[in-house]
This record gives sequence, structure tokens and C-alpha cells, in this order.
Amino acid sequence: MEKAHAVTFESANIPAKQTKIRRTWREYKKSKYLLLMLLPVLVWYAIFCYGPMYGILIAFKDYSPVLGTWDSPWNHFAYFDYLFNQSPEFPRILRNTVIISGLNILFGFPAPIILALLLNELRISLFKKIAQSISYLPHFFSWVVLSGIVFLMLSPSTGPVNYVLGWFGIDPIYFLGDTRYFRFSLVVTNIWKEVGWGTIVYLAALSSIDQTLYEAARMDGANRWKQTWHVTLPSMLPIISIMFILSLGGILNAGFDQIYNLYSPAVFEVGDVIDTYVYRQGIVNFQMGLTTAVGLFKNVVGITLVLGTNYIVKKMGQEGVL
Amino acid sequence: MKMTTGEKVFQVILFLFILMLCVIAIYPFIHIASISFSAPKEAGRFGFHWFPRDVDLFSWKQLLTQKKIWIGMKNTTLRTVIGTVLSLIAMALAAYPLSRKHLPHRSFYTMIIVFTMFFSGGLIPTYLLIKDLHLLNNFWVYILPGLIPTFSMLIMRNFFMTIPVEVEESAKIDGANDMRILISIILPLSKPVLATLGLWAAVANWNAWFDAIIYVTDTDLKTIQFFLREVVVTSADAEIFGRVTGAANLQYETSIKAATVIFAVVPILIVYPFLQKYFVKGTMVGSLKG
Repeated sequence: MEKAHAVTFESANIPAKQTKIRRTWREYKKSKYLLLMLLPVLVWYAIFCYGPMYGILIAFKDYSPVLGTWDSPWNHFAYFDYLFNQSPEFPRILRNTVIISGLNILFGFPAPIILALLLNELRISLFKKIAQSISYLPHFFSWVVLSGIVFLMLSPSTGPVNYVLGWFGIDPIYFLGDTRYFRFSLVVTNIWKEVGWGTIVYLAALSSIDQTLYEAARMDGANRWKQTWHVTLPSMLPIISIMFILSLGGILNAGFDQIYNLYSPAVFEVGDVIDTYVYRQGIVNFQMGLTTAVGLFKNVVGITLVLGTNYIVKKMGQEGVL
Repeated sequence: MKMTTGEKVFQVILFLFILMLCVIAIYPFIHIASISFSAPKEAGRFGFHWFPRDVDLFSWKQLLTQKKIWIGMKNTTLRTVIGTVLSLIAMALAAYPLSRKHLPHRSFYTMIIVFTMFFSGGLIPTYLLIKDLHLLNNFWVYILPGLIPTFSMLIMRNFFMTIPVEVEESAKIDGANDMRILISIILPLSKPVLATLGLWAAVANWNAWFDAIIYVTDTDLKTIQFFLREVVVTSADAEIFGRVTGAANLQYETSIKAATVIFAVVPILIVYPFLQKYFVKGTMVGSLKG
């Protein structure tokens, strides 16, 4: 209280702006060690995160490595005009990206929720622990490693998957080389890698549910299924909505690591996505301005989706990420 | 609570179903390990490989005598150790100030950092920046660009925020500054979360492959993941398959690939059972705000 008085007294004599600066200065001096720690961090963010953002300028320029980012001549929206109106490839990569991501969300998003609910019902706790440990394992390997494994598993001539299909009289399928099966293979292998690890957030949410809620539901005569529907799922909604916002925000990230290691020219028609296109055209074929424009488009859509879904989810009464 | 008959049946079915999922999760690793020890004919047999039958160590000999595999192992180990240690230090330097309520303009600093999670320059501008910083063909390109994983850093910040202020107040009275408090009070209290985030950083470094492809052309700087890709994904490695010498290695292609995969994952497989609990601990973050 006394402090507040002192401030009002001071501001009676000195212009308000000056006191504000002085107060900020005092606060900064008081936290000088904190700021000293933060300084190198901010420098790092400025260089490695904001530095590339400056480089986005070349999406509007006729980039020449000799002239550099700043001195290259402007070509305004030429790349965007080309992408949206003329490019034969852009509609294809956009379509592939959205379809693959959409399938990943449609099947890959509910998968860990279902697995978590199933694990939660399991009464043998030792087996539950072992099952969890095993299911996390593929998450820790890179897609380079996993694609080596996937090639062998899905091979039409030696792979066990086609071997099992043979039991049912199904002819060997070229999962990674056939345009009809490539996207399906991406979705399934992605679930195989991430489903176990994805259960962690949901299992934690499940373990924090108030047990008295279940007792109350049982008193009211709710069976297992009804308990899941009326107690478990509503309690998990906040975390589900947060995870959903994050996954929607990444809809133009179809999974570069996975696709780049699994695809081949035979399936470009259905498997070439924004990120693989940017890498091939930008780094390999030196079309830097054009591919920066593609990257910018992707980023703008991504951030719009995150903010948009975040807003809608909040409107619906759930907690958002921001 | 007693189980009814229906419940028992449900438990049995559930058990079998989860067991099947576990087998699906782990079988591919068993399969590939068996193949790596198999003679060419056995390696090419259609069907399951639960254990190596016609044992042949040629593929492993061929792999382990490749000099570049060991160069890759050395570089990967170096980047994993250095990258993890520096990442943890940098994350702590970011997370601690951002977790203190009295830091002036705290929400502004948090915002400019969180923004980078949702918006970035993209691949090409990043590449050009790395080039301008003379980091191409430089070991530090493995460390610096990914030094602070923002998501992990925010998990650390959220953990620091849960440490009660009283803990550090007594130290403040004794004249300790914020730097001292971080080192001698906050960090020792945060061991579980440091272990988790450190392991994540280590795994990310071990698995990173793309930086070695786009930023590095010097063979002496390549990582194990790069060589693995050359062997397994693109089959571009002529030497290991004996294309140069015209040796009979070609028929060993499948088992050489399998051996290379196993070689790259063995270090993770060895530490995983012991460190498993740390991987999961402290992973919980509700949201980014606060």
C-alpha cells in the first residue's frame, strides 16, 4: 500500500512517461541476472529462427546468389501467380499433402486414444507395463531406420506381410510402388511408429480422473461402456482438443522424413507432397525463390489453422493451446 | 471388486488383442536381426524369420570392416554428447528466466519465442542462412541450428514454475543471485525433467539424418544415419555391396542392409530398457500459456 502511495506522489511531479521508464529500468536492474541468462537465448532465436524469416523476402524476388537476398530484384507475386495459375505440379502436391495428412488425422489421431482406453481397461498391471514399453519402441528410431525395416516387411517377394496375405489367397501387393496402396502404407506405418508413444498423454489424463466419479456412475447403475462414455471421455476432452489443434495446425506437414525415405518416382503422383517438392526443386534444382514461396504459403496456412481451431475450440468452452 | 464372467471374457480378449499388437510392434526388429545373420538363400526366403537359421556372418564382417561406418559412428556419438549437453544448458538458460514472474516483459519474451513454433522461415531461407554463417561442412551445423527445441524448453519452464517461490527466497536472503539459485537449487530439484528432456535431445541427435544430407558434403563429417541411408534407402553405397570389386557381395544385399539397420539401432536398444522410465517422466504439459 505504502509503495503505491509513493508512486502516485512521484507521478504528481514528474511526467508519467518518465516514471514508467524509470520503473522499467529499476525492474530490469533487479532482474539483471535473469536477463543476462536470457540474452544469449534471444540472440540464438534472432539468428536461427528470425534470421530465416528475413530470408522469406526471396519469395518475392528474382533471387540471385551473387546479389544476395537484399539486392536481388523484386518480382512481386510472380511465383505465387505461377503456382496458383500455371504450375502443373502445385495442385498435385497440395492435394497429396492434404489427403495424406487428412488420412493421418482420420486414422492416426483416434488410434492412440483408443489404445489408451484399452490399456486402461487392462487389469494385469505387469503386462500393461510391458505392453507400454514395447509399444513406445518404434518411436525412438528415425525414419531412415524404419524405412529399411518397412522395405523388408512390405517386400512383395520376401516380406512377411505379403506372406500372410498369401494365406488368404491374396496376390503379393507392391505396397510402396503401387499408386493405389502407397498412401495407405504411409498411414499404417505411421500408426505403427507413433501409436504407442501417443498414448502417454492420454494415459496420464486417464490416471488423473477423479475415481469418485466412477463410483457415482456405478451407483446410478452405469455399466462399463456407459462409464467410459459419460465419465472417461468427457474428462479427456480438454487434452483431446489440445492435441487436435496441434495436429490440424500441421495439416500441411504430411511427414517429410517418412515420405522422403519411402517414396520413389513411381508413386510421385500420389506421394509427392509440399515438403518433398520444396527439397527437390529448391536444394537439388536450385529454384530457391519459387520454393521459398511454396514454404511461405505452407507456413501461413499452418498458422491460420492453429489460430482458427484454437479460437473455435475456445468458443466451444474447451481449453486452447494459446 | 469381483469380476463377473462377462468381465473375465472381456479381459481375456483384451489381453490377446494387446498381445497381438505387441507382437506386431516388435516382430519387424526380430525379423531384420535374423536376416542380418542369414546366408543369402535363407535371407531371401518368403515368410517369417523368428531366428536366424542358416547362420552366415559375412554381412556383418562386410559392414564392420567399412571404415566410413566407424567415421559415422564417431560423428554421431560426438554430436549426440555435445548436442545434448549444450541443449540442456541453453534450455535451462531460457526456461528459468521465463518461469520467473518478476521478469520484466516476461509475456513479450515468451511470445516471440512461442511464435517460432508456429512460423518459420522454411527450408530454403534456413539453408541460405546456414550457408551465410559458413556452417556448411562444419561440425557445428549439427549442434547450433537445433540448439533449443522450443517445445522441450517450454516443458522445462512449466516444471520450473511448479517449484515454490519460498524455496529460493531463503537463498536470496543469504545473498545468492539468480544464476546461483538456478545452479544450486532449481536444477538439482529438476533432475527427472532434465533426464527426460536430455534423453529426447539425445535421441533426436542420434536419429538426425537430414542435416548431414543438405549441409555436409565432406565424407569425414557424415553421420551414421547418412551412411545407413546410402546403404538401406538409396542402395547408393557401391563399396559395401561389392560393386566396385565385382565380388559376390551383391547376393548379400538384403542381409547387409539388415545388418546396417541393426548396427544403427543397437545403441538405442541397449540403453532403452534401463532409461525407459525417464523417457516418459515429466512429459506432461497441458498448454503453452502461463
